Formats: sequence, C-alpha cells, structure tokens
Amino acid sequence: MSLGELFLQIGVVILALAFMGRFAGRIGLTPIPLYLIAGLGLGQLMHLEGAAQSFVHIGAEIGAVLLLFMLGLEYTSRELEDNLRANRRIGLLDLALNFTPGVLAGVLLGFPPLATLLMGGVTYLSSSGIVSKVLADLGRFGNRETPVVLAVCVLEDVAMAFYLPVVAALLIGGTALQIGGNLLLALGAFGLTFFLALRYGHLLSRIMDVKSAEVLLLSTFGLVLAVAGLADIINVSAAIGAFLVGIALSGEVAHRVRTLTEPLRDLFAAVFFVFFGLELDMAALPAVLIPALLLTLVTALTKFVVGWYGAARAGVQTRGRIRAGVTLIPRGEFSILIAGLGAALTPVLGPLTAAYVLMTAILGPVLARFDGPLAQWVDRWGKKV
Amino acid sequence: MPRIEETSLPGVGRRFDFDAEYGKRVGVITHRDGKREVFVASREDPDACAETIMLTPEEAEAVADLLGGSTVTRQVTTLTNEIEGLAIDWITLENTTPFHARLLGDTMLRTHTGASIVAIVRDGVAIPAPGPAQALLSGDVLVVVGTPNGVVRAARYLNASMQGE
Repeated sequence: MSLGELFLQIGVVILALAFMGRFAGRIGLTPIPLYLIAGLGLGQLMHLEGAAQSFVHIGAEIGAVLLLFMLGLEYTSRELEDNLRANRRIGLLDLALNFTPGVLAGVLLGFPPLATLLMGGVTYLSSSGIVSKVLADLGRFGNRETPVVLAVCVLEDVAMAFYLPVVAALLIGGTALQIGGNLLLALGAFGLTFFLALRYGHLLSRIMDVKSAEVLLLSTFGLVLAVAGLADIINVSAAIGAFLVGIALSGEVAHRVRTLTEPLRDLFAAVFFVFFGLELDMAALPAVLIPALLLTLVTALTKFVVGWYGAARAGVQTRGRIRAGVTLIPRGEFSILIAGLGAALTPVLGPLTAAYVLMTAILGPVLARFDGPLAQWVDRWGKKV
Repeated sequence: MPRIEETSLPGVGRRFDFDAEYGKRVGVITHRDGKREVFVASREDPDACAETIMLTPEEAEAVADLLGGSTVTRQVTTLTNEIEGLAIDWITLENTTPFHARLLGDTMLRTHTGASIVAIVRDGVAIPAPGPAQALLSGDVLVVVGTPNGVVRAARYLNASMQGE
C-alpha cells in the first residue's frame, strides 16, 4: 500500500468522525454512540487492511490508555478518599444492582465464565462522559442531586480501577496456578502504585512541573505510554498503569496536563470507538437486538433505583430523585472498553455491548430532559399504589 | 451573613450555596478550569436551577466588584481613590495559608502577583523591610503594596483561597 493510499484511508476515517461529531453537536447528544455508528458504517463501506488497519488499531489502543489516564487525572486523591468514605452504601448498592444484570445476561446467553464477568462490567458503569455532558447541557451542576450523581460516577471509576487488573490477569489465562500468580501480581502492583500515588504523588507532580507546554506534553505522554507499556509487560493492564499516572499527578500540573492532553485524548478516543465499530460483525447485530433491549430496560431501572435512593438520602424531592435516576442510565466509553478486552471470547459480546450502549446512551439523555412530566407520572402512580 | 454550604462536585469543582432571605436557593459553582457559575434555584422545585449564568474568571471578578466586593477590595478602592494605580493592604496569614513556617522568599509573591511585602506585623511588633530569608508564621499581618488588582490577588494567593483543589 502506498503512503498516499494509507493517508487517504486514515483521513477518510477521521473525517467521518468529524462529521459525526458535528452532527452530535447539532442534535445535542454526546458523540460517543455516533462514533460507534460511524465505525459500523465504515466497516460496511471500506475494508482497512495492512498498515491502515494496524495504524487505526494502535491509535485505538492509545485512545484506551489516554481515556484511563484522563480519568485518573480527573480526580484528586483527596476527592477519591472523601468519596469512598461518604458514599460507600450507594456505591455498594450500585455495584450489586448493576453488575448482576450483566452477569445474569451472560449466564442466560451461555457466555463462557470470563465473558460473563465482562458483561457485568459492561452493565455496571455509567458513562461519566455522557453524564457530565447532560449535566452541563441542562445547566444542572447547581442542582441538589448532582453531587450524588457525580459521586456514583467516581465510585464506579474506582471500582473499575480494581476490576480491570483482575480481568486482565484472568484474560491472560493459563493454569489455575498461573492465573493465581498473575492475579496476585496485578493486584499487588496496583495496590502498591495506588498507595505510592496517594502518598508521593506530589513529588511526581513537582518533577513534572516544567514551564514549557511542549516539554510538559511530551513528558506526560511519554510517561503515560511507558508506564502503560511496563504495566502490560508485567501483566497488569496497560490502562491501569495509565490510570495510576493520572491519579499521581495533582494540583497545578494536573490542571495544565488536562488542558494539554484533552485534544489528544479526544482524537485517539474517537479512533478507539470507531475501531470498535469497525471490528463488529454487522451480521451478528440483529440477533442481539432483543437481548440488548431487555438488558437496557432492566438496567435502566436498576440505575434509576440507585440514583433515586442516593438523591433521597441527600434529602432531594421526587423530581430531583427522578433526574438523578435517569441521568445515570447511559453506559458508554468504559462499557465499550471492557467489551473490547474480551471481544475474542465470544462473538456476541461485542455486538451486544454496542447495541446496549447505543440504546442506553440515547434513552438516558432523552429521559433526563423530561423530569417534569415523569415526576407527575410517578406521583400519580404513587397514589394509585 | 447567610449560612453558606460547601459541597464538592468531583470532577467539576465546588458548589457554595445558601437559602436566601427571599425564599430562593442561591449559589456559586467554582469550576476547576476557573469558570464561575452563578445559579438561582427554581421556586417550584428548590432542588433544581431555574437559571444559571457562566462567567469567565475576569467577568466573575467584575461582578463581584459590582456587588460590593470583599472587604479587601473595598479597602483597596478607598485607597486607590487617594493614589491612582497604587494600593496598600494589610493581609493576615490565616491558618489555611500554605506559607506557614516558610520563608518570605518562598512565596515568590512579586513573581506571581506583582505585589510586594513591605513589612510584617507580628504580635503587634513591626518588622519593616523584611528580607527573603524572613520566616513567616500564620497569624502574621503582611503589609502588601502593589496595583489594586495585584493586592487582591496577593491576598488570595497568600491564603490559598484561589486553589480549588
């Protein structure tokens, strides 16, 4: 393949993303589900091969790493500690209610055990990207239920940081002893780094704090990739390595790094979503529509319960409880990330997750706009019961 | 002074709000990127915002000034009436200051805000023209000279009230 052809193909893919992003802005939705659709469409139209395919693949991997890095960067270790302490009960309820449906679905669909475990992760995590977009678009940061909604997202992200290394260790496989060894190594490395990040993160922040934006960007990106690579080599997921680098950076540096890396993340994360769509087998989609729909309905309800309960505990009235409930419904980037890990385990996991993410990502934001009518409906229903 | 509640919004910033005398909840969200959001709760649903206004840091400062500003700003204003472009203020190092038990040189105050510390008052005794090796303690009153804006910034900087994280 000539360089010209390679550039042309990659350019077309990225332009398709730009078009989707524009369209998403027009209809007031986050672009994540649309990138998926773009990937599906492009997969039908063009066949990426050789260099183009491997470029998009590597870009997608970098996207996953950057997603996790920015996630870690998003929170200061203080915030994480405070949140863990204050919202344990909601977090546990969320885990119980939303991990279970995915696992049940996996069992019912006859998934292998590991794919079942992954399916639990897919239904568990609300999309913090979509949630904060909805909150910002509807001007709801000042609402009383909002801290609870955000807290749930933070707790899920923390749980994700634990879940990923476990899954990664299991995915590598081997004999029971090897898996056990990998698991211990992964959790040990994770625990140690997490501890070091919380304790000595400020040292790293000080070392990284250079005046030049260029040098800061290069050293951050380099460090993230290097740590992710190392983590991958010792069988702790690459994404976790990136997440921990994010956690370790704090204060002024974190703030500057965030603004610098954001465009980079947006680019590569978009490539990640489109790659997931590209790899999907369209023929497998119709068969998963019904299970995806059922799963959407069930997990929309279970998420709703979590939001409702959390908001009620914060002393918020019916309307706010409904808002909290529906805002949490959308699943997104991390569900896809998890499904991407285990795409090889069973052919249904990928398409099912894609359909499921699309449905929840549309249902949640749409319902979020109608808290008034929903509240009336709930009140009437409450009187009847 | 109304009772102001402070709530953390993880990933977004912090929210400060209070129930206003005229029956509405009023609040300010300090976004981590420096933006300030002012909101007023809706009357029929006090949990929700009826209206929100997003302000850039500069606009927020301007609005704060219009509303009367802080005590510091007001002192500065009266002073600037006397000498155009020059302000002097007495800034107490609160317990929250990051500069407790550190050297004056460590604050890099002039680099960061353009304002200078010309004297320190400790336990009622003045230390005039302190050098960079002078140690600072919380409770010290620092006499700061600079542009009106610089002095305001210095007050925030020394007591770290600008750092949202």
